[in-house]
Formats: sequence, C-alpha cells, structure tokens
Amino acid sequence: MNLKETLKVLLGGSLFFAVSILLLYVLSGFGDRPRLADDGAKRQILHIANGSEPSGIDTHLTTGVTEHAIQMALTEGLVSEDPVNLDPVPGIAHSWDTSEDGTVYTFHLRDALWSNGDPITAQDFVLSFKRALSPKLGNEYTYMLYYLVNGEAFFKGEVEFNEVGAKALDDKTLQLTINEPTPFFLSLLNHHSWYPVHVATVLENGDLDSRSNKWAREDTFVGNGPFVIDEWKVNNVFSVRKNPLYWDADRVKLQGIRFYPLESLDTEERAFRAGQVHKTDKLPLPKIPFYIERNDPNLLLAPYLGSYHYSINTTRPPFNDKRVRQALSLSIDRESIVKNVSRAGEQAAYSIVPPDCAGYTPRQLFEKDIVKAQRLLAEAGFPGGEGFPEFNILYNTLESHKSIAEAIQQMWRKNLGIDVGLENQEWKVYLTSKMNMDYDIARYGWIGDYVDPTTFLGLYTSYSGNNNSGWGSQEYDDLLAKAAKAKSLEERMEYFHQAEKILADESPFIPIYYYMSSYLLDSRIKGWYPNLLDHHPYKYVYFEE
Amino acid sequence: MIRFILIRLLQAIPVLLIISVVTFAMVRTAPGGPFDQEVKMQDEVKAAIEAHYGLDKSAIEQYFVWLGNALQGDLGPSFKYPNRSVHELIGDAFPVSLELGIWAMLVALTLGVGAGLIASTRPNTSRDYLPMSIAMFGICIPRFVMGPLLILVFSIYLQWYNSSGWFFASDRVLPALTMGIYYAAYVARLTRGGMLEVLGQDYIRTARAKGADEKRIIFKHAFKGGMRPVVSFFGPAMANLLAGSFIVESIFQIPGLGRYFIMAAFNRDYFLIQGTVMTYAVLIIVLNLLADILLVWLSPRLRFD
Repeated sequence: MNLKETLKVLLGGSLFFAVSILLLYVLSGFGDRPRLADDGAKRQILHIANGSEPSGIDTHLTTGVTEHAIQMALTEGLVSEDPVNLDPVPGIAHSWDTSEDGTVYTFHLRDALWSNGDPITAQDFVLSFKRALSPKLGNEYTYMLYYLVNGEAFFKGEVEFNEVGAKALDDKTLQLTINEPTPFFLSLLNHHSWYPVHVATVLENGDLDSRSNKWAREDTFVGNGPFVIDEWKVNNVFSVRKNPLYWDADRVKLQGIRFYPLESLDTEERAFRAGQVHKTDKLPLPKIPFYIERNDPNLLLAPYLGSYHYSINTTRPPFNDKRVRQALSLSIDRESIVKNVSRAGEQAAYSIVPPDCAGYTPRQLFEKDIVKAQRLLAEAGFPGGEGFPEFNILYNTLESHKSIAEAIQQMWRKNLGIDVGLENQEWKVYLTSKMNMDYDIARYGWIGDYVDPTTFLGLYTSYSGNNNSGWGSQEYDDLLAKAAKAKSLEERMEYFHQAEKILADESPFIPIYYYMSSYLLDSRIKGWYPNLLDHHPYKYVYFEE
Repeated sequence: MIRFILIRLLQAIPVLLIISVVTFAMVRTAPGGPFDQEVKMQDEVKAAIEAHYGLDKSAIEQYFVWLGNALQGDLGPSFKYPNRSVHELIGDAFPVSLELGIWAMLVALTLGVGAGLIASTRPNTSRDYLPMSIAMFGICIPRFVMGPLLILVFSIYLQWYNSSGWFFASDRVLPALTMGIYYAAYVARLTRGGMLEVLGQDYIRTARAKGADEKRIIFKHAFKGGMRPVVSFFGPAMANLLAGSFIVESIFQIPGLGRYFIMAAFNRDYFLIQGTVMTYAVLIIVLNLLADILLVWLSPRLRFD
C-alpha cells in the first residue's frame, strides 16, 4: 500500500471519529445540563442513592433499611426522633404520661392530619396495631408488638383484640399497656412496625390483613409524614415532595427527595462523582481507605449499631469445650484486622454490644493473649494444635468476608497450629446452613433494631430464634430477665455487665468488629448528624442557602 | 410460509412446557427459600405467608395452579415486591429493555456492518486490518469495563451525560454504546466473512467482467447474500439484547428486564423467576422464527420446509 492510500485511511478514520464525537455531543444536549446535585442544592431537593428498589412501603410488611429510609419521609409514629441522639421527641403525640409502675403509657395526640385531610385519631393507631398483630398478614416484625399486654396471645389466636393493651380512650387519647416496665419503650415506638396506617384506605383496597392488598402504592397511599409520594417508578426513582398538611410543615425545608435504587456500589459512587446524587448508600470497600487518606470532606464515617462476629456451633466437638472456643477467640488480632483487612475505620470488638449503646459501654473482658490461648488449647487436648479435627469457616460469598476469613485462618495457623478451611455459600444457602446449624464456625452480622443493649444481648438467650450456636444458659437468661425488671439504670447496666461476663467466659461467638456507616454525603447538606442507627429525620435536613 | 410458521409455533408448545417444568423443579429444589433472612422468621408468620402464596400445597399441585393461572395471563405475585404482580413488573421492564435493545442493535449494525463492508472491499490491506483490529478490541473488552470507561470520560470528566438513570433521551447513549459496541465487533467480523465469501462467487466475477460499478456490485449484488451470517447471528443475539443485560443495567441503573433474571434468582422469588424465564424463552422462539423467515428471503436457495 502506498503512502497516499495510508493517508486516506488515516484521514477517513479521524474524520469518522470527529463526526462520532460531535454526534455524541449533540445528543447530550450540548452538555449544558445543570448537575442534579447543584440544581437540588439550589431548590432544596435531596437526591439519595438508596441501595435497592424498596420491596414496598407498607410499614407492616417491610423489614429493610432501604424501605425504612423512604417510610421515614412518608409516615410518622406517636413519637419521633431527635436528629442528633435519636432520643424520642413528640411526634403525632404531643405529650404522654407514664404510670408509676411504668407499664401504662397515655399518649395525647395533636390535631394532625393524614395526607388526604382526614384527622389522625387514636382509633387509627389501635386498628394499625391490630393489623400489625393479625396472624394472617404475615408481618415479620409482629414480635415488636409483643410488648403490649396480650399482643402475643392475640397473634396466636388465644384472645380477642379487645383484650390487647391498646385502647383509644377518646379520639385524641391513646392508652398502651405493656407487660413490664421497658426503659426503651418510647424509642421502640420509632420502629416502623409501630407506625400507623390509614385504615380506611387499607379497607378500600381489600382486607385489613391481606398481604396482597394494594393500598400502599403510588396512586393510593395515604400517609402522615413530612412528605407525600410524587412519583414511584420501579427500579428507577421513588420521588416525594413536601406535605403541606404535615403538622410541623413549617420546619421542613426540603421541597422534595428523590430516592434512586442504585444497587451497585460502584455505580452510586460514580453517580456521586458525576454530581447526580448528594448521598450514597455505602462505599465500595476498596475505595474507603482512599477517601480516608485524601481526607475527603464528603466522606462520612460514623459508628453503626452492628456487630460483626463469628458464631460457633457449640454442639459439635471440639467446639463443645469452652476452652477451645476461648482459645480461638484469644488468638485473633482484631486490631490488625480492622487496620489491615477491613480498613473502613471499624472498631475492634471484644464483646457483642457496641460501645455507648443507650449509655452502656461494655467492659473489655479479654484481649489478645496467645500464650493463654495455647495453654487452653493444650488443656483441651490439642497441644500445639495437634490432632485438632478439620473444620470450616462459613461465610456468604463476598470479597470482604473472604479477606477477613483468610486473615483469621492465617492467625489460627500461626498462633495455634490449627488448620481451618474456608467455605463460601450463596446468601440463601448460607442462611439455610446457619438456621439448620449445618456449620462449624459461621460469619454473622447483627444490626440492632433499636438503641438498647438488649437488642444484642437478646441474641444469645437460649430462647432466641437467631441464636444458632446451640449454646444457652439459664443464668444468662435470668440476668436479662432481672435487667428488664431493674429499678434503676445502674442496676440494669450491672446486670448487662454480668451477662456479658458469662458470654466472654463461654464464648459461643467470636466478636471481630463493630460496624461503621461509611458513605459519601455532599458537604452542603446541613442537619444531618451521624448516629448509631444512621437515621436522619428529613424534616431537619436542608441545604445551606 | 404460513404452514411453516404454524408448524414452528406448534413445536414451540412442548418446548415451553418442558422449560417451565425444568425451571419450576430447579427453583424449588434450590436450597434456601424466598422468606429466609438474616433474622429468623417466627414459624407462625412463615406459615401464614406460605399459606397466602399457596406454598403449603404439594409441588405438583403448585405447578398446575401456576400453569393454569399463566395460561390465563396471570403470572402470580412477586414475593419480594408484595404489592406488584410478576405480570406488572415484566410489563414495565420489557419496554425499557426493548428500547435499549433497539438502540444497541442500531449501534451494532451501523458500526459493525460499516466496518465489515470497508474491510471486505480491500481484504488484507490496512483498510481491512484497522477496522478488524478495532473489532477484535471491541470483542475483547468486557462490558463491565467498557461501561465504566465511557462513564469516566463522558460523565465524570466531560459531564455530557448522566452516569446512570433512565430519565432523559441522552441517558440512552452510553448504555446503547456499551451494549452495541460489543455486538458491533461480532457483526463486523461476520459481515466481512459473509461479504468475502459472496464476493468470491462466479456471479460477482461476471458482474465485474461486464464492467459494473464497484458500488453497484457491493450494494446491489453482494450485500444481500453477504448479510446472511449476520442475520442468523442476530436471531438469538437480538433475544439477548431485548431481554436486557444484568451487567449493563446495573452499571447504568436501567429499569430493564435483565436485573430481574439475576435478582429474582438470588431472592428465590419463585414466580418472578418463572415469569422471566418464560418471557426469555418466548422471545428466543419468536426471534429465531423471524430470523429464519428473513434468511429464506435473503437466500432464494432456501425454502420453507
């Protein structure tokens, strides 16, 4: 081929390239679109990457964090949350009285309205609780309402609803009677299972207790929160706008919120960098150290109410010997794991309850002690790891779980001379194995439902359905029961400390770290305070003018 | 031709039935159920939910109930989205995948056929090597690399497009390119091969000998025959394009069908799995049939039998 021919090809190629780029540019609308994040900051519209498509917004059917982020905008319960410390503050109830023995709460409702203009009455709450407890509905959080007198009995069909401790004394007075004094009862009311539903709308669309009732859809839903539904496009966007009928509408500065179901962590991080969202749901793990190093003003890292630990199947030898369990726990270098492996600013854990949980901080009952671990293992009959049977660490398939399991595998090999295999399973398969106790040691992530140590300590009671360790202790159960009836806060905390001592001694699980929330948040957002549940009541959130 | 179509459609019935039975059996025997979660569900609650969805009946009974409903156009409810029916979810997602698929196909055909034609007219010169090397490149770069690469350049640096979402007309550009370029590469190679084969035939030599214009030879005489490999490739490829791609849909957050395939399986959303698989099966059958009809039209040597 001669020179002329080559030049022609090159020229043609570049021309084609130039035309394509020009065409792309024209198709983009000349690149003068305002970035959504800038536009939103100007117009007080918050753009949030919200994890995944919400399974629904019916407060009695949903269980996830994704759904809750939207429900918080649409519905309000008797009480609401302080945006800084999550303490209960007046919501639909403007005030409440508590009986001397702490079992009867009388709520006085304000003159608030549903988003369709109907007044909110005490009867609405009573019927909502009835729905939440109805056996046919299949509400997964039914047990949250077992605090009510006869709540569980009604669910099990043993009594009529009029015997349940929820009564409307008049239109604006609601009386709740609970089984025993519960210091965190008011905080509990902030859980979405206690939110009211607009019963008339539910009934218009089917039975009160039918799962297939289509009342909670974009065209039918009636709420009572600071926002109402604007648009709901499945897998695309859930958009809400300010509710002018909300009782505290004057305080609400945001004009709207758009929730995008961005499932891929990389996609949401890119959306943030492209100026499309103000907040990501999470951050891809490998990128967190990079943002930390750069001291990025948009990075938010805050303790989160969750425990990452390994559950031990104590029914299988040699794990039925507590010395073996202790040895495994003592020989792990947690500081090294959070510093070198997980690297998202997590805090190493030596107990199950995260620090500063409703005023309770666990005492550190043990620390890394390889000499002691080796001695315990030898006492259990495996000096230097000799003769220790083969076993596996089970985790659900995810790179970060694998890295941690590999680090622990290495530590046990080096410190105790025992070999452990790694076994990953797809999420649902892993859940089944865990439920059926078909494992030796399994990775376990536990996120608290409300800010109180019991949400964690309750996990290892002998009667807990989520205790898959096979371990149980009457003494431990009794301590928690005593804590529930404690007269003072100090007394209650002391029972918790004693209970944790038993857990540390028996070691049915190996604590590894406490969770952190880590995501990107546009630094122009105000009124967004880091807290343990990562709850951010939207009525306090705004953009600086 | 009508007889041919009817026979093919009749053949499709047992195929679809077998697919539905196999899917049903595989889904039900997979470990883990739709309502298993990190937090264990109370037995009573689980029983209530399973009774609501008829999961307490025997597997055979469940299959026939599903089949009976499906024949009447009711594909059942989704477990993951209790407020929505499978019919509705697929009905909303399919037009999106269809639109994206058509854009991607246009990209694939324009770039692919163009490059293939250029290459085939001067085989074994730089005019052949350049487009074919680019095509090889396109085949080799996976979509999960191409997508983020395009976003990096056009959304994050140049800020011309949104990095994700499906709201404006311009949101179609990057995903269509990501999907289209991949197929364009195949089309380019198939076009080149098809054209070269036809251009070597006697009737082309005859045309050249008669002094026909080269453009006329390529477009009038050779093109129709040269496109045969592309058409037979595009039957199943089109089904793939239209059914959506999980990767592209996740990268660009597109509310299409592809993600239901994967997410429904992860969630053990039985009816949604069944619904998406059947939709895909029907698509493949219909598009293969269309491709066959088109092939007969392109090649007079083939007949409908």
